[in-house]
Amino acid sequence: MKKITSWGKYPLIDANVNAPSTSKSLMNKKQTGIARGLGRSYGDSALSENIIISEEMNHFISFDDETGLLSCEAGVSLDNILTSFVPKGWFLSVTPGTKFVTVGGAIASDVHGKNHHVEGSFSDHVTSLTLIVNDQELKCSRDENPDLFHATCGGMGLTGIITEATFKLKPITSAYINQKVVKAKNLETALELFEQYKDVTYSVAWIDCLSTGDNLGRSLLMLGEHADKGELTTHKDGLLNMPCDMPSFLLNKYTIQAFNSAYYNKQLKAEVNNTIHYDPFFYPLDGINNWNRMYGGNGFTQYQFVIPKKAGKEGLTEILKAIAESKQGSFLSVLKVFGEGNKNNLSFPMEGYTLALDFKLNDKLFALLDRLDIIVRKYEGRLYLSKDVRMSEEMFKAGYPQWEEFQTLRKEYGADELYHSLQSKRIGL
Amino acid sequence: MQNIIIIGATSAMAKEVAKLYAIEKANLYLIARDTPKLDTIKQDLTIRGANTVHTAPFDANQFNSHQTLIEQAFNTLGRVDVLLVAHGSLPNQELCQTDSMKAIEELNTNGVSVISILTHAATKMEQQKTGNITVITSVAGDRGRQSNYVYGAAKGMVSIFLQGLAQRLSKSGVHVLDIKPGFVDTPMTAEFDKGALWAKPEKVAQIIKKRISKKSSFSYTPAFWFVIMTIIKFVPKFIFDKVKL
Repeated sequence: MKKITSWGKYPLIDANVNAPSTSKSLMNKKQTGIARGLGRSYGDSALSENIIISEEMNHFISFDDETGLLSCEAGVSLDNILTSFVPKGWFLSVTPGTKFVTVGGAIASDVHGKNHHVEGSFSDHVTSLTLIVNDQELKCSRDENPDLFHATCGGMGLTGIITEATFKLKPITSAYINQKVVKAKNLETALELFEQYKDVTYSVAWIDCLSTGDNLGRSLLMLGEHADKGELTTHKDGLLNMPCDMPSFLLNKYTIQAFNSAYYNKQLKAEVNNTIHYDPFFYPLDGINNWNRMYGGNGFTQYQFVIPKKAGKEGLTEILKAIAESKQGSFLSVLKVFGEGNKNNLSFPMEGYTLALDFKLNDKLFALLDRLDIIVRKYEGRLYLSKDVRMSEEMFKAGYPQWEEFQTLRKEYGADELYHSLQSKRIGL
Repeated sequence: MQNIIIIGATSAMAKEVAKLYAIEKANLYLIARDTPKLDTIKQDLTIRGANTVHTAPFDANQFNSHQTLIEQAFNTLGRVDVLLVAHGSLPNQELCQTDSMKAIEELNTNGVSVISILTHAATKMEQQKTGNITVITSVAGDRGRQSNYVYGAAKGMVSIFLQGLAQRLSKSGVHVLDIKPGFVDTPMTAEFDKGALWAKPEKVAQIIKKRISKKSSFSYTPAFWFVIMTIIKFVPKFIFDKVKL
C-alpha cells in the first residue's frame, strides 16, 4: 500500500500501485482499478484502491513525417513529445495548460486548450487507440469499435486501460508565438473581444474574479498565433521549485485581491504585442515545480464549468457575483470561449463559455460550490470531471445526458465491474 | 556524431541517458537481457532522433561471452565515445544471508560481471586513446549496512576497481566516471515509499550526461548525497551499530 493523491492534494488515500511495463503484462493479470498517468487531474478521478500507473509504458512506436501521425504508448508525456518533435518542426495539435500529462490521460480527460474554438479537443486529433478491456485488446477508431472509441475519449479511464494511441501533430516553423494581450475593463468587453478575435487560433482570458460593480469580470485577453520566424528550440526545465507546502493562511481574501489587482494593472497599455516562446505562452505555471503547494497542506480544488452560449453574459455575471460576494476568491481564474463539442459521451467542452477557478480547500468552500452548481445547472451547463472532487451524482447526470449510453456500453464490455475511481463511484457510474 | 554503448540498456537510468544522446543524433549500441524490451526501446530512440540503434542480447553472468560482445560493439561503432555500464539487480538481503549461492549470484551480477566487461573494454579504450567509461554503482558501496551489504559489497568492489582503472586510463586520455546514485525512483525500487531524497531517473540521466561532457570525476548523484554519505561514513561504529539503516 502506498499513500497517493492527485494535483489538488485532496484526498490522500492508501492504494495498491502497479506500474506494468508492457501491455502483455496488463492482459496476463486481470487488472482492476483505475489507470493513472502523471496525476495532474485535480480531484479523485485517478484515485482508487488499485491504481495502474502508465509511467513505464512511455515509448514512441512510429512517426510519419509526411502526415505528422505519431503512434506511442499511453504513458508518453506531452513534455516528452515537445522535446522530441519541436526540433523537427512539429507541435501538439491541442495542448492543455500543463505539459506534464500523459497521452493516455489527455485522451481519457479529452483535454482542451486555447484553440478549442477552432481546433477542438485532444481526441479530435486522435485517429485510433488501443484499449485493454478485461483480457481483450481492442483497437478503437471512428471506424473500428466506434462506440467504444467515443466512450473512451473523455471516458475518464472507465472503459478500460488505454495502452497506445495514434494522433496528429501539427507542423510549425518556429517554436515562438506572436502574442497580443488586450485589456478588457469588464466582462462585457471581454466577451466582445473574444467575438472580435474568434478567428485567432489561440485565445484565453485571465479574469479577476474579485472585482465588483462596473469592473466585474475585468480581464486580460491573451491571443496567439504560431510565429513564422524564430528557431525550433525546446523548453528548458523549470528553474523554480516550491520546496514545501506554503502556510495556508498566506492566501486570504486580502492577498488574493492584491494579487489580482496587481496582475490586471501590470499592463498599462490597452494592448501589447510581442513574440514569446511556446513554453511561457502555453505553460506559464510549469516553470514552478510543485506550484500546487502554494495552496497549503489542506490542498485545493479547481471548479471548472461550461455554460452554453445562450446563457452568455447573464450566466457568467450571476456566477461571478456569487464568487465576488463570497470573498473566497481564486488566484488564477481563466475564461475561454469553446467551439462546438464532439460526439464523445463524456467530453467536457460544449459551445459556450468556460470558467476555471482555483480555490483553497476550507470548511466554507463546498457550500459555495454547491451554490455555484445550482446556477450552472439552471443554465444547462456542466462541470469538468478532471477537475472535480465533490460534485453530486445528480449534478453529473444532469450535465452529461449521455451518461446512460456510456454506462450501457461499459456493462456490455464488463468494464463497469473492473474499472472505477473514487469519482466514478461518487457520481453513480 | 557520438558513438555510445550502453550495457543494461533497459534499466530506467540507462534508458533516460540513451534518450538524451538520441536527441543529439548519436549512434547507439544497446545491450541488455530483455530483448523484446530492447526492440521497443530501439523504436523509441530512433523516433527521438538517434542516427542508428544497434541491439545485442546479453546475460551478465555468462562471463565467457563478454569479450565477443565488447569486440562486436567496438567493431560496429568504430570509435566509441561513451561506454555506459548500467546493469544490475537489487538483491533480497535476507535471502542472501541464508543462501550463499544467492549471495554469490548477486555479487556476480552487480560486481564481477561489471569488472569482466570493463576489463575487455578498458583495453579497447586504451588503444583508441580517447573516450569515456561510465559505470553506475551506488552510495551503498560507501559503507556496509545491515539492510543491503551484499549489494553494497558488489558496488563497493566496482568503485574501487574504477579508482584504479581511472588512474591507469588517465595516461591514455580516457575518462572514467563512477556514478553513485542515491535513491532513484525506478522499477527496481517500486516497493519503497518515496520521500524528498528520491530523484527521478530523468534528472539522474541529465547529471550523468553533463558529468561525462565536462569530464567530471564527481560521483554522488544528485550531489547532496556527498554530504549524506560523508556523515554516514564518519558515524562511529558504536553509534552505527545501534541504528537501523
